[in-house]
Amino acid sequence: MSHSTVPRSRAGAKAGRRSPDGGPPDGAAGRAARRRARRSAGRDAGKLGFRLRFGRDRTLILMTLPAIALVLLFNYIPVLGNIVAFQDYDPYLSDNGFVAMFQSPWTGLENFQRIFADSGFWHALQNTFVLFFLQLVLYFPIPVGLALLINSVVRPRVRAVAQAVMYLPHFFSWVLVVTVFQQIFGGAGIIAQTLRQHGHQGIDLMTDPGIFKFLVTAEGVWKDAGWGIIVFLAALSSVSPDLYEAAAMDGAGRWRRMWHITLPALRPVIALLLVLRVGDALTVGFEQLLLQRDSVGPGASEVLDTYVWWNGIRNQDFGYAAAAGLIKGVVGLGLVLTANKVAHLMGEQGVYKK
Amino acid sequence: MTAVTYEPRDKPGRWAAPPRPPWEEKPSKAGLAGKGLTLTLAAFAILFPLWIVVVTSLQSKKTIDAAGGLVVIPKSFTLVAYKELLTGGQVQRAALVSVGVTLAGTLFSMTVSVLCAYGLSRAGSLGHRWLLMLLLATMFFGAGLIPTYLLVQALGLTDSYLALILPSAVSVFNILVLRAFFMGISPELIDSARIDGAGDWRILWQIVMPLSRAVLAVISLFYAVGYWSAWFNASIYLTDQDMMPLQNVMIQLVQKQERPVGLATQINTGQLSPLAVQMAVMVMALLPVAVLSPFVQRHFKKGMLTGAVKG
Repeated sequence: MSHSTVPRSRAGAKAGRRSPDGGPPDGAAGRAARRRARRSAGRDAGKLGFRLRFGRDRTLILMTLPAIALVLLFNYIPVLGNIVAFQDYDPYLSDNGFVAMFQSPWTGLENFQRIFADSGFWHALQNTFVLFFLQLVLYFPIPVGLALLINSVVRPRVRAVAQAVMYLPHFFSWVLVVTVFQQIFGGAGIIAQTLRQHGHQGIDLMTDPGIFKFLVTAEGVWKDAGWGIIVFLAALSSVSPDLYEAAAMDGAGRWRRMWHITLPALRPVIALLLVLRVGDALTVGFEQLLLQRDSVGPGASEVLDTYVWWNGIRNQDFGYAAAAGLIKGVVGLGLVLTANKVAHLMGEQGVYKK
Repeated sequence: MTAVTYEPRDKPGRWAAPPRPPWEEKPSKAGLAGKGLTLTLAAFAILFPLWIVVVTSLQSKKTIDAAGGLVVIPKSFTLVAYKELLTGGQVQRAALVSVGVTLAGTLFSMTVSVLCAYGLSRAGSLGHRWLLMLLLATMFFGAGLIPTYLLVQALGLTDSYLALILPSAVSVFNILVLRAFFMGISPELIDSARIDGAGDWRILWQIVMPLSRAVLAVISLFYAVGYWSAWFNASIYLTDQDMMPLQNVMIQLVQKQERPVGLATQINTGQLSPLAVQMAVMVMALLPVAVLSPFVQRHFKKGMLTGAVKG
């Protein structure tokens, strides 16, 4: 076909990228200049003509369509479904849920007023924040430490085996992680069993609301801390050995080399992961908490996500639950954008470039 | 004259340490011991619970009763729990459902993702920037549980296995990783194929995919583990207990300690330990993952990092 021989011009590709030669400095003026540059680049590429480019690239566009369609259907269209947050939505008004959405009465902000008046919501919010901070303090440093440890192991075989073992739990389902913890800390677990055999009283740490938040954090560490080291190891492997040699020549010992070379190499990665974590602060382990909600009770385990689930899926109060979900979504979006802004101010890259 | 290269006659053992650079100080005994201890403890914390589960699933009822529950040191060996679970009944059906959903889902997800990633990977192609933005934006917002639930219901997917596959079929992160890898393939290779008359389908199938085996293996594992581990969608979209996948049955049998349908007589007459049955269910859930993931391990770093950062 003649179309397929039209080159996907290098020039077009290069010009399409932002500010090819360093670009003007940041700031509003810089942004405007960059926009101009991009627009003129668009014109250059446009010289080929839309028809010609479409003919050339239509296979590529066709290839993306199944995924794009699925993303539109399951990521974008449901966003519109959030209108039920402003309704007294009743799915039984019609056979079809869509039609019911247009027949349900509008209630304005009533759902939101009910949520803010519900102490259960504030309690769930509080639990969410407590869990987020526990995870940040108790979980976050562990992968960094483990990565430094693995990185200092020089025998390749020992390294490979240690990594294989540490990555393993990441691939387990939450159901498996919770049931595994049950076998250790539960009422019939190995600890309680051993205690009983030695004449003590058995303990059941799985259903104790007092320590539940620590238990949840421990489950998270067991499952994912090992996997978390992978990004740090990659950052560490990109550090030039010459730096270490030069530092050693200058008399820096083991610890000073770690402080002045290794840790600075990890800084951007740590910053990025912190930004991501803070941006996602309201998500603290939905499946994990939902699985244990029955055994420990909502008092200790209810977070925003499970609150939405309980009110929407269980109690079928869809408008109310959608409103709670919408609050979480909007606050979450704000958190992501703020966290990125802070990262940019700190001179780190964040999730997206400016 | 040919250059003489020095080859050490005795190759160091596979477990031996490589030579230490001359400037590095020798490790202290205490440091080595501390490192070894920490690594051993970490490995123990991960492997010991799994050991108990696997060992207990293989013990006879007598051993389990004698131990008063979970068994740490194996004293007998029997496959009776597995035999009972795999000769028809609830668990066997659930395992088959999980295998089926995982295979079909992974195949579908991989097809859709690889096509999309390749479609977006050719620099300068029409509209790829817009389409990429459309995908990237989804990383900043979630539609929320309730609207998604209402959509799946309105589409009539409830009580269908499609509800376990379609809503989670596309992972934007995975597409980005694949795309970054495809973009790293040398453009000369692709241009020369194009000059020889190959179209985009053929380039993808005969050049790009064979060169990307590593990343394809990693992403397939990610998708497969996702489908295998999923239980939430089944819990809200399926009402028929006979359709439930293994994870959901595991919640009932192991976490909530219900008796498996069909095995009640064996358990009540004392032939079968309910604990061994529970542990066998857990082993069935962890075995495929534990066996497969180490094989893909050496590709993790490559697969994870090429994509995530470049965007």
